[in-house]
Amino acid sequence: MPKPLRYVNAVAQALNDAMAADPAVMLMGEDVAAAGGPFKATRGLLDAHGPERVRDTPISEASLVGAAVGAALTGMKPVVEIMFMDFVTLAMDAVVNQAAKARFMFGGQCSVPMVLRTPHGGGLNAGPQHSQCLEAWFAHIPGLRVVCPATVADAYSLLRAAIEAPDPVVVVENKALYALQGDIDVTAPREVGKARIDRAGRDATIVTYGATLYAARAAADRLAAEGIEAEIVDLRWIQPWDEEAVFASVAKTHRVVIAHEAVQAFGVGAEIAARIASDAFDDLDAPVLRVGAPFMPIAFAKTLEAAYLPDADRIVAAVKSTLA
Amino acid sequence: MPSSAAQADSIPANSIPTDRRLALHRTMQTIRATETTLSRLFADGEIPGFIHLSVGQEAVAAGVVGALGPQDSFATTHRGHGHVLARGVRLDLFFKEIMGRAGGICGGRGGSMHVADLSLGVLGANGIVGAGLPLATGSALAHQTRRTGGVAVAFFGDGAMAEGALHECLNMAALWKLPMVFVCENNGWSEFSPTSTQFAATLDKLGAAFGVPHRRVDGNDVAAVAEAAAEVVEAARGGGPRILECLTTRWHGHFEGDPQRYRNADEIAGLPQNDPLRRSAEALLAAGVEESALAALVDAVDADIRDALEAARADALPDVDAAFRDVYTPTTLTAGA
Repeated sequence: MPKPLRYVNAVAQALNDAMAADPAVMLMGEDVAAAGGPFKATRGLLDAHGPERVRDTPISEASLVGAAVGAALTGMKPVVEIMFMDFVTLAMDAVVNQAAKARFMFGGQCSVPMVLRTPHGGGLNAGPQHSQCLEAWFAHIPGLRVVCPATVADAYSLLRAAIEAPDPVVVVENKALYALQGDIDVTAPREVGKARIDRAGRDATIVTYGATLYAARAAADRLAAEGIEAEIVDLRWIQPWDEEAVFASVAKTHRVVIAHEAVQAFGVGAEIAARIASDAFDDLDAPVLRVGAPFMPIAFAKTLEAAYLPDADRIVAAVKSTLA
Repeated sequence: MPSSAAQADSIPANSIPTDRRLALHRTMQTIRATETTLSRLFADGEIPGFIHLSVGQEAVAAGVVGALGPQDSFATTHRGHGHVLARGVRLDLFFKEIMGRAGGICGGRGGSMHVADLSLGVLGANGIVGAGLPLATGSALAHQTRRTGGVAVAFFGDGAMAEGALHECLNMAALWKLPMVFVCENNGWSEFSPTSTQFAATLDKLGAAFGVPHRRVDGNDVAAVAEAAAEVVEAARGGGPRILECLTTRWHGHFEGDPQRYRNADEIAGLPQNDPLRRSAEALLAAGVEESALAALVDAVDADIRDALEAARADALPDVDAAFRDVYTPTTLTAGA
């Protein structure tokens, strides 16, 4: 049996294996080299691959992400780390106007094979500027891919898939998951846009991604104790999301709750709910419900953060509401 | 207004061989005639969107791009026609792109502000002021890491001097000793405002802050630009960024149709006094080139442009389905280990 890895080590393993497999892969970011990254996701890679391919950058988010685009257009496959997802605000031109558009606006002459890794989410009381879940911004931009691995196995294989994908991919990790333990499978298929049925059930579907998977599992356990079998779909990919898997589950259970840590309004859940309403309406026996964060910035204090994050209570209540 | 050209380096007229001067002149003539044609087409409604012309700045494009080798790359600006034309993008594909046709170099998806030819190392014109600077920085990083021997050039206007991207990229390029040249086309105008009202520093001092050598040239003297560009490109190739500041003149408005009411009428009237093409022609005549040879060159360029324009007018309009297929790269990614 392989020794279980932590999520953060699965990330490092994926980066290491991708660099070993392809000399074009390089890492860039603030403190990714000597310091091994603020969460140690790149620990050991400087020694393994050298300072040219594992490069500490100045605290210049806008230009370092723009430089990754330029490097990608000149034959490299850069993997950029943005220390907290909140800081992508500084790099939005590079991601939204440059990386996402180059292939299309240059008539398909090129693609931009880069990855932007960044952690989102609460759970560490990191406060309003170090905890946001901004993935919906990127899912909204044609040309970008967005992936959010919830498990240790996916932290490895989805990052490998993101690095192999020819287009820019935003890989969103949840910093509350970095210590999670599990196994990886280096031979697992590396797919773009495929969801995973985390738990089979017949009575209702919980569509989720990222750390909210664990709240969904807790909710499903409690519902099961009451005889309600919830199916959990772990989306994994947000752009593109697996419509086939979600619609198949809806056709089976006829009830849907979409749960994510990001603010509910205008979020990923809103898109999925709207698509189910328009394309799978006949399969529904109840309105599609969403469980997300309230429309306020995430706060620092433990009580405030706990109230903000979607938990099993809210998911249980939403599922029961669809069954009422 | 840019500081006076008298402060800039100048170069004796005879230090560049005549055939090289003729090639530079032809490049400038192609840019001038193309953009003059585009100006007319725009006024006639044949070009959608916005176009930003570089009339008056041709010496920078010809001189700098002419100093690059085939392995080199550059990112340019929203005023980038001259750079891509100097690099040798096919004229018919260029006209088709600007006119929004299916056969354009970018399939009619980018237009004037996004002309690119990756096969020539042209990383694209850019609709965002200063955004080419990080792209070129990353391209230089790739040249260094891959040991291509290439240099990346970032063209930027003086308006971009106020952008943080310039400051960040100077820092990164200096830290990493990137093979990179920062080429500022300083025409004195940040869109509709004098740059003197927008930027408190000067580029030489900004470069000095990061230890990046700076050289300023008379950007309307193509020989001076060519000589300086050759020097800075080769210096950068050996390791470490350089800045080349070219003092030049923007004849037209920020975009076509801009009446330039913010500009002094005397300044506009005086622009042709410093016409890089006229100066280049005078230098050629002084070097013994016949007037008829220059006239023949103008005719040849005009004929090329007529052919390209005709091809563009005859080309189809872009197809939505074809465009849609290029939002993402077609791929089926299911590889395992």
